[in-house]
Amino acid sequence: MTTADLIGKILQVVLGLVVFAAILGIIVLLMGRAPRRGRTAWQLLWFLLPALLLLAVGLVWPAIRTTLLAFQDNSGNFSWNNFAWMFTQPAAIRTLINTVIWVLLVPTFSTALGLAYAVFIDKSRGEKIYKALVFMPMAISFVGAGIIWRFVYEYRSAGREQIGLLNALSVAFGGDPVQWLQTDPINTVLLIVVMIWIQTGFAMVVLSAAIKGIPTEQIEAAQLDGTNAWQRFMNVTVPGIRGSLVVVLTTISIATLKVFDIVRTMTGGNFNTSVVANEMYVQAFRASEVGRGSALAVILFVLVLPIVIYNVNVLRKQREIR
Amino acid sequence: MGMSQHRRLWAPLALVGVAGLALAGCTGDIEAGGDDVDCADYEDYGTFEDATVTIGGTILDLEADRLVESWSDFASCTGIEINYQGSSEFEAQIAVLAEGGNAPDIGIVPQPGLLARLAAGGWIVPASQPVIDNIDEGWDPIWKEYATIDGTTYAAPLMASIKGYIWYSPAQFEDNGWEVPTTLDEMMELSETIASDSGHQPWCVGLESGEATGWPGTDWIEDFVLRQAGADFYDQWVTHEVPFNSPEVVTAFDSVGEYLKSDEMVNGGFGDVSTQISTPFQEAGLPILDDECSLHHQASFYETFWNPDGGDDITVAPDGDVFAFLMPPVDADDPQAVTGGGEFPVAFREAEEVEAVRTYLASALWANNRVSLGGVISANKGLDPANASSPLLEQSIEILQSPDTEFRFDGSDLMPGAVGSAAFWRGIVEWIGGQSTQTVVDEVEASWPTS
Repeated sequence: MTTADLIGKILQVVLGLVVFAAILGIIVLLMGRAPRRGRTAWQLLWFLLPALLLLAVGLVWPAIRTTLLAFQDNSGNFSWNNFAWMFTQPAAIRTLINTVIWVLLVPTFSTALGLAYAVFIDKSRGEKIYKALVFMPMAISFVGAGIIWRFVYEYRSAGREQIGLLNALSVAFGGDPVQWLQTDPINTVLLIVVMIWIQTGFAMVVLSAAIKGIPTEQIEAAQLDGTNAWQRFMNVTVPGIRGSLVVVLTTISIATLKVFDIVRTMTGGNFNTSVVANEMYVQAFRASEVGRGSALAVILFVLVLPIVIYNVNVLRKQREIR
Repeated sequence: MGMSQHRRLWAPLALVGVAGLALAGCTGDIEAGGDDVDCADYEDYGTFEDATVTIGGTILDLEADRLVESWSDFASCTGIEINYQGSSEFEAQIAVLAEGGNAPDIGIVPQPGLLARLAAGGWIVPASQPVIDNIDEGWDPIWKEYATIDGTTYAAPLMASIKGYIWYSPAQFEDNGWEVPTTLDEMMELSETIASDSGHQPWCVGLESGEATGWPGTDWIEDFVLRQAGADFYDQWVTHEVPFNSPEVVTAFDSVGEYLKSDEMVNGGFGDVSTQISTPFQEAGLPILDDECSLHHQASFYETFWNPDGGDDITVAPDGDVFAFLMPPVDADDPQAVTGGGEFPVAFREAEEVEAVRTYLASALWANNRVSLGGVISANKGLDPANASSPLLEQSIEILQSPDTEFRFDGSDLMPGAVGSAAFWRGIVEWIGGQSTQTVVDEVEASWPTS
């Protein structure tokens, strides 16, 4: 890059900002001139318009196009072959099964562990430090986490020095080193552990905040009624944080459905560990099978949809109660 | 009041100015080099004003620097500014860029399969007559076919590499009285001799290569298909005129399996058969230096991996620490069959300056310029083997230029991406992991795109 290029780029940025300001100015101007009758409606429309436009260009149109591509072969003719491939090829079916395993295990374990941790450290001394310890992995990118954990699972053949923690332990206790990431089906579980490790912190922080939001009167009342700790947890705490639990579970579920980085950095989808999002990338970009990639994207969308609908429903009901 | 308003305005402006100056320090403004270039060689390409050609490709680091150097004289004599940008994600992104109209003027495509896809998308420009003239003059006709789709030639080849080399230690061979095999049967006998006499497994193999894990295994299969079933069958196999799971391919798989799936044959210095999948291909051959194995199958470019930390402690020569022979044919009298790779610079923009650059890249002049800088070879017949940077590369150039050599492009690069860069790689991984040959070839066959 030369200085001339740099100046050109800075000018581009400045120009972009000016155009943005100009458009906003025009919108505000037009709003001021809107007819008096139904003025709020006009104002609403004008303010929403840029967002709606961007949504249409950046979300709605790509979604439609992806769906169309999913029903096309490489020469652009209509075909069901992409979906037929997805549900008949052993490798593709395995991808779907793996994704289901991920979505069953990660949200359950992350939320359960996060909740248990939040309850145990609640109001304890040094709570902040305990929280920080578990929350820290959240700050590591998925790729970074994948690389770290790949070292943990690293394999060297028997007789050599084991540099992977897991195999070092295995050898220290007299076992043989195991090719953890190559051994199906344990490898998928070991990848899932990484995701749980990252997401537990998120679950813990949100749930801890929710627990603190439960009125102390309720807990005290339950105590006066002679309940034990477990009964208080099940009958007071859990109902009290139900909304947060749903949010945490659904957020982690969606994050898990689209997991890509961990699988890609740790196994590249080999050894039967591929998941839908990874396979989507492989098919669309490396294999140049855009139709197959799009079909996988559509399936991913279909899988996420019920979770989002459920989430919205629960939130709406809670608002009604309030 | 007025004063503070001024300050409010000036502070951000000053900040922008400082940031701009700081960023300017990051730019690579380089003074044009000396002008003692002899422009006589470049007169035919004409002169241009304000012409810029952008080139994208997978070539990175030192190789990229040498590539840029190889056309620096051409650029200063013709007045065409050439900007090269390398990316390891080039292959995955180029189709997307092309569809969006953001592709570079020239893309250096390493896979004919990808070239076919770009041509099918209608994004690339056919080669101009001067480029085609250079192809006809410089290359064996088979190379032209790789860049020709439905009768239209899109690009000239650029560099080349030879696959199917088997690396060994000349000293180790001499000490033990082993001889370089001249037939595939002799190669098996040699392997068995090494296994029984030396106490170590003869072969070291590494198939790990990140998300591309498995590709070194496809090279094994392709070498055996080409030698056992012949070049004609090979051509039909890569274009899907015969199914991927043909009996000939099954035979090739099973022959390779006698090496790669046998605990007596692999994996010298690393462990059992399964360690092949977790051994990075870059490191796989190194146990030869410690006498932990004796043979390693890998392309000519493996030369650079013998000294992983740079330097020249390990010499690659017929009388050095390591050298390589080509995987032998079935019969000693058969023509030498070679698989190899190469790149094709395709054009995304139709312009005189772009074609001038492409014509230069297709010339023997460029081939000699680039090969003199070291590390690579070309299949251009006008290339002087003496320009090669090592005995092995010199030998490779002679093999490529010999009229008796039956050269075929790497099969997985010729197949569509869904097969060549996905299912085939993954199939090798499963196969080494214990899956049967028939299941694997059936699965790869099923992945072949229907259109």
